Amino acid sequence: MVEMLLERFNYIPIIILMMTGLYVVIATGNLVKRLVGLSLFQTSVFLLYITIGKVFGGQPPILAEGHGDEGGHGADAGYAGAEAAVAHAAEGHETPATDGHEAADAHGATDAHGDAGMDAGHAADAVADHGADHASDAAHGAADAAGHAAEVLYSNPLPHVLILTAIVVGVATLAVGLALVVRIREAYGTIEDDELNAADYSVETGGSV
Amino acid sequence: MSPHLILRIVSKLLIPLIVVFGFYVHFHGDFGPGGGFQAGVIIAVAVILYALIFGMDEARRAVPPIVVRYGAALGVLIFVGTGILTMFMNGAGEPLNFLDYDALHPDQSHHSGQHYGILLVELGVLCTVTSVMLAIFYAFAGRVPDIKDEDW
Amino acid sequence: MEMLASLLPAGVATHAPVLIVVVPLIAAALAAFMPKGVWAWGVAVATSVIVAVLAFGLLGQVGVHGVVSYEVGGWAPPHGIEIRLDSLNVPILLLLGVLGVLSLIYALPSVADEVSKKQQSLFYSAFLVCFSGLIGVTVAGDAFNVFVFLEISSIATYTIIAMGVGKDRRALTASYNYLVLGTIGATFFVIGVGFLYMATGTLNMADMAAVLEQQGHNRVTQAAFAFIVVGLGLKAAMFPLHVWLPNAYAFAPNFVTAFLASTATKVAFYALVRFVFSIFHPDVAFVSMSFTWLFAVVGVIAMMVASVQAVFQTDARRLLAYSSVAQVGYMMLGLGMGTAAGLSAGLLHLMNHALMKGALFMALGAFALNFGVRQVKDLAGLGKTMPASAMAFTVAGLSLVGVPLTVGFTSKWYLVSAALDRGWWWAVAALMISSLLALAYVARLLAAIWMENPPSHHGEVAQRRLAPWMMVVPMVTLAAANVYFFFHADPLVGLARAAAEAVMGGR
Repeated sequence: MVEMLLERFNYIPIIILMMTGLYVVIATGNLVKRLVGLSLFQTSVFLLYITIGKVFGGQPPILAEGHGDEGGHGADAGYAGAEAAVAHAAEGHETPATDGHEAADAHGATDAHGDAGMDAGHAADAVADHGADHASDAAHGAADAAGHAAEVLYSNPLPHVLILTAIVVGVATLAVGLALVVRIREAYGTIEDDELNAADYSVETGGSV
Repeated sequence: MSPHLILRIVSKLLIPLIVVFGFYVHFHGDFGPGGGFQAGVIIAVAVILYALIFGMDEARRAVPPIVVRYGAALGVLIFVGTGILTMFMNGAGEPLNFLDYDALHPDQSHHSGQHYGILLVELGVLCTVTSVMLAIFYAFAGRVPDIKDEDW
Repeated sequence: MEMLASLLPAGVATHAPVLIVVVPLIAAALAAFMPKGVWAWGVAVATSVIVAVLAFGLLGQVGVHGVVSYEVGGWAPPHGIEIRLDSLNVPILLLLGVLGVLSLIYALPSVADEVSKKQQSLFYSAFLVCFSGLIGVTVAGDAFNVFVFLEISSIATYTIIAMGVGKDRRALTASYNYLVLGTIGATFFVIGVGFLYMATGTLNMADMAAVLEQQGHNRVTQAAFAFIVVGLGLKAAMFPLHVWLPNAYAFAPNFVTAFLASTATKVAFYALVRFVFSIFHPDVAFVSMSFTWLFAVVGVIAMMVASVQAVFQTDARRLLAYSSVAQVGYMMLGLGMGTAAGLSAGLLHLMNHALMKGALFMALGAFALNFGVRQVKDLAGLGKTMPASAMAFTVAGLSLVGVPLTVGFTSKWYLVSAALDRGWWWAVAALMISSLLALAYVARLLAAIWMENPPSHHGEVAQRRLAPWMMVVPMVTLAAANVYFFFHADPLVGLARAAAEAVMGGR
C-alpha cells in the first residue's frame, strides 16, 4: 500500500490541491474566495499535466546548441535531423542520421514536416506511458535518432504546451470572474452569497431591499 | 518637488529597459525560451509600472484605453492574417494550408518560412497580450479614484 | 449533395473547414474596431451569412466524400492539428450557421434596446468570439482543441450574459454562477482528456479511438470517461448539473438567450456524443452500462423534474429555460438507448428543439421590447396587441408540447419508436407524462396570451403595437419551419440518421 502510494507520489499533492480547491468553491460564501478556490482547482490540473510530461533523466525540451553551422541555421539542421529521425523510425531503421538533408531526401520522409520536439515528445510519452506499446518500436527509433541529433533525452514538451494554453484560459476566466465580482459589488453593495440571495429573493417576492 | 523623486527617476530609467527586454524575449522565442506571450506581459508590466508611479491618468494619457482595445483586435488580425496569407502565398507552387508558414519564404529545404511565420504569429500574440493585460489592469485599477500624493 | 458541394468556389472549398472558424474570429476583431454598434452588427450579420454558406458547402462535401479532413499548418495528424468533418458534426454546423443568421437579424432592435450604445460593438465582438468558439468545438479533430474552443465560447458567453445587467442586475450573479460551474465543468473535461492522453499518448480523437480499440480499456480510461461525461454534461445542462442554466437564460439579453438556447447546449451535447460514441465505443462494457444506468435514467428524471419545475415558474423566460433542461433530458434519453435509432431520434430532437426554442425566446424578446413583459401574468392579452409574434409563439409552443403537425411530434414519434424497439415501456410512459407536463406549462403561457384581455393603465387599454419586422421575420421563419419540417421531415431525419450511422457504424 505504502509502496504503491510512494510510486505515485506526484499525484498526492495534486489530489490534495484539487480537493482543497473544490472544497473552497463549494464551502465559501465569498465570491472572491470562490474564485481563489477555482484557481487552485485549475492549478492542480496544470500540475497533473506537467507530471505526465516528465521523462526520467530527460532534459528540458529545448534544442541543444552546437548542431548545424551557426546561429539561425542551427535550427534548420535540427529540423532536417528530426525529419531524418522520422523517416528512419517509420522504416524501422536504428541507424542514426548522419546527414540530415540527404537522409531525409533519400528516405522520402513520410512526414514532410517532422518536427524534432513534437515527434520526440510523442515518442517519449509513448515510452513513458503505462505499458502503451503503441508504435513503441518506431517511437524508440525516433527517440534515438532525435537523441542523436542533440545527444540528450528530452522530456515530453507537449503537456507543457497544452498547459500554457490552459493557463491562458484560466487567466481569462479569472479576469472575467473578478470583473463580474466588481460589477456585482457595485450593483448590490456586497459580495457575500447569502446577502446576494436575500437581495434577489426580496426582489422576486416584491418586498423592498 | 515631487514626493517620490527617487521612485520616479528610477522607474523612468527602468521602463525603456523593460520594454527592450520585452522585445528581446519576443525575438529570442525563436531560438530558446520566450515568445510573444511572455514578451507581451513584460511590455504590459512597463506600462503598469508607469501607472503605479505616475498615476492612472498619466498612464491613460500615454496609452489610451481606445489604443488598448484596438491593439487587442489588431493582434488577432495579425495572427489570423498570417494564416490567411499562407493560403495565398504558395511558396513551392502547390496549395498550402492555413498557417503553413512554409508559404512565407521560397526556400523550402531550410524551412525559412517557419521563422517568418512564427515571428509574425508571435507578434500578433504580443500585441493582443499586451493590450489585454493593460485592459484588465485599467478595468480594475480605474474603478476606484487614484490615491492622492498627499495620502501616501 | 453534388450541387451543394459545388456551391463554393474551388479555392474556398479546400479551405472551407478552417475558414468557418477563422472568419468569425476575424470578424470579432473587426467588430471591435467599429465605432458604431450598427456597423458591428453589419459585420456580424455578414459573418453569419458566410458561415451558413460555408456550412452548406461543407454539408455537400461531406455528402460526397464522407469525411473531410483539414491539416492546419500542413502538419499531418495525429501530431498536427486536424479539423475533421463528418456526418455527425456537419448538421450541427448547419444549425449554428442558420440560427446565427436568423438570431442576428433579430438582434439589431433587441440589442439596441438592452445594451448601451457605447458597449454595442464590443458586445457583437464578444458574440462573434462565442460563435467562433462554438463552431471550433464542432469542427475540432483533437480533444484538447475541443477544450480550448469550449472555453473560448464559454468565456465570451459569460460576458454577453452579464450584458443583461441593463435590464436586471441579477444577470451579474447568474453569469457569475455560470462562470464558476462552467469552469469546473471545463476543468473536469480537461482532466478527462489528460487521462486519455496518458492512456493513449495521442490527442487526435480519431487516433485515440484507434489506439483504445487496439489496447483495450483499463481503469485510467474509465476515470477519463467519468470526468469527460461530468464535464461535458455540465456544459450541456445534463440534469443534476443544470443549475446554472435557468438564471443564465432568464437574465441574459433576449437575443443572447434566443441564440444560446438553440445552440450552446447543443454543441456540448454533440461533443458528448462524439466522445461517448466515437472515442469510447458503445460496445465497451462500462460505456454501454452508462447508457442504461446513467444517461437514460438522468434523461428521464430531467424530463419529469424540470418539467414540473417549469410548471411553477412565474418568470416566463425561466419557465422556458427549465423546459430546455427537460428537452436536454429527451436528448439524453435518445443517447442512452445506445442504438442508432435512439441516437438519431435524440439528434433529430436536438435540431427540432433549436427551431422551437429559437422562436419561443425570440417572441418573448419581442414582448419584452414592446411591453417590458417578463412575468407569465404580464403576457395577458398579447394575442390582441402583438398578433404576429403571438402566433409564432403559439406554433412553437405547440411544437414544444409535441402536437401533431409540428416537428415536436416528429421527434417524439421517433423517440417513442426507438424506445419501443428497445422494449423500454417505462421510457414511453415517461415521454407521455413529460409531454403532458409540457402541455401544462405551455397552456399557462398560451392561456394568458389568448384568453385574457390586454391590461389597462389608468383606464386606457394597451394598444396594438407590432414588433419591428426585423424581429418578426426570423421568429415567423422559425415557427414556419416548425410546421414545414413536419410535412417534409426527410431532410432533417436524413441528417440525423446519417449522423447516427456515422458514429455507430464506425467499426
